[in-house]
Amino acid sequence: MARRYDSRTTIFSPEGRLYQVEYAMEAISRAGAALGIRTDDGIVIAAECHTTSPLLDNDIFQDKIYKINDHLCVAVAGITSDANVLVNEMRLIAQRYQYNYGAPIPVEQLVSHLCDIKQAYTQYGGKRPFGVSILYMGYDRRHGFQLYQSDPSGNYSGWNGTCIGKSFGVAMSMLKTELANRYDNAENPLTTEEGKKIAIKVLAKSMEGINAEKVEMAVTTLGSNGRPIIKMVQKEEIAQLITKHNEEEEEKKASTSGSN
Amino acid sequence: METILGIRGEDFAIVAAETTQARSIVVMKEDENKIHKINNSLVFATMGESGDTVQFTEFISKNIALYKMRNNYELSPKEAAHFTRKNLADYLRSRTPYQVNMMIAGYDEQTQKSALYFIDYLANSVEVKYSGQGYGAMFCQSIFDREYKNGLNQNEAYTILEHCVKEIQKRLVINQKNFKVAIVNKDGFKWMPDINAKNICN
Repeated sequence: MARRYDSRTTIFSPEGRLYQVEYAMEAISRAGAALGIRTDDGIVIAAECHTTSPLLDNDIFQDKIYKINDHLCVAVAGITSDANVLVNEMRLIAQRYQYNYGAPIPVEQLVSHLCDIKQAYTQYGGKRPFGVSILYMGYDRRHGFQLYQSDPSGNYSGWNGTCIGKSFGVAMSMLKTELANRYDNAENPLTTEEGKKIAIKVLAKSMEGINAEKVEMAVTTLGSNGRPIIKMVQKEEIAQLITKHNEEEEEKKASTSGSN
Repeated sequence: METILGIRGEDFAIVAAETTQARSIVVMKEDENKIHKINNSLVFATMGESGDTVQFTEFISKNIALYKMRNNYELSPKEAAHFTRKNLADYLRSRTPYQVNMMIAGYDEQTQKSALYFIDYLANSVEVKYSGQGYGAMFCQSIFDREYKNGLNQNEAYTILEHCVKEIQKRLVINQKNFKVAIVNKDGFKWMPDINAKNICN
């Protein structure tokens, strides 16, 4: 029965579902995870990349995190070729705004504009939805640092910490505990340095065997001139973060087994 | 045959525009308002082809209102001026260019700074402290140069404009009897008293 409502995106099933959209989301929940954490002085996004053939030339290509402009950066999870199309579209949207208004596009406007496109692909005939979820990190003068997430249906929402892709449920509940009471907390402010550590900790849990080759990370902070700086975290630093994380885990294990 | 003027301080910007509407050698009316309130912190003073000024200002004004409806926040004066210039530049290169010169005065509530832009029909856009357009403005630049000082207050700025009008009425061959004046600052948009021979005492 369901088959009749599978083959075209524009048709509701009798239960009121859009199967193609749901399948697209299913495709994403198998893709390498990406997570984002909003901190008091910036944003961290980190992603797990699957392609780990030793023959692949990693120096040339990054496949999870893309810079959109000087104020915006995204991490994608899903079908890479679909993501490339959307990234291209986002860069166009951002530059078109800059051309019209002479100022960088506010983050939510970019997200909302892209999600209009995503939504259109769930409604108009002969097209399949984009099999991509996206994390957006950005800065604008009105709302400061912002973190958004969007899915193939074209829904989007703003977050303090969130995750898309493989085993996002595990990551989300971990983020929830890690970030509990960490906002508007003057005594214990959340820094991007700490955000990086939390990102590695959560990724380590949701990935099978974490190593620096499989992780991409980018950080947005504010420069002294009041403009945001987006930096890709170098592989060496990621390796250090992972080593440190592993050591801490070992210590924790040792201390708990010691107390038993 | 028209004149518009603009001057800004740190946290306010004022525009003035005379009010004669003339065609060929005939004065049609003497109370035409050439100052358009775009929103509470943005005001345009316009001159040029008379139908074009209204049509273009309305087009920009409604687009700025649409932006507010879509996003729940206003364009900053800088963004609004850029948007206006971009549209003027696009029309300039179409079959139907608008012949509009303007002074844009704005107050940015977020940075608490004022802005004044000079934009002409060739889509030059310049951020200025003071300037004007039209024949009258030719007599005013030197007055601005002499009397403007950084950090001046609203009354001082208004006085400079009075001096400008006085000079225009003394030396310009065209009769420009009355100037309307408007200000934007942290309290929003406000009309100021008209400047004319009656109001300038000495």
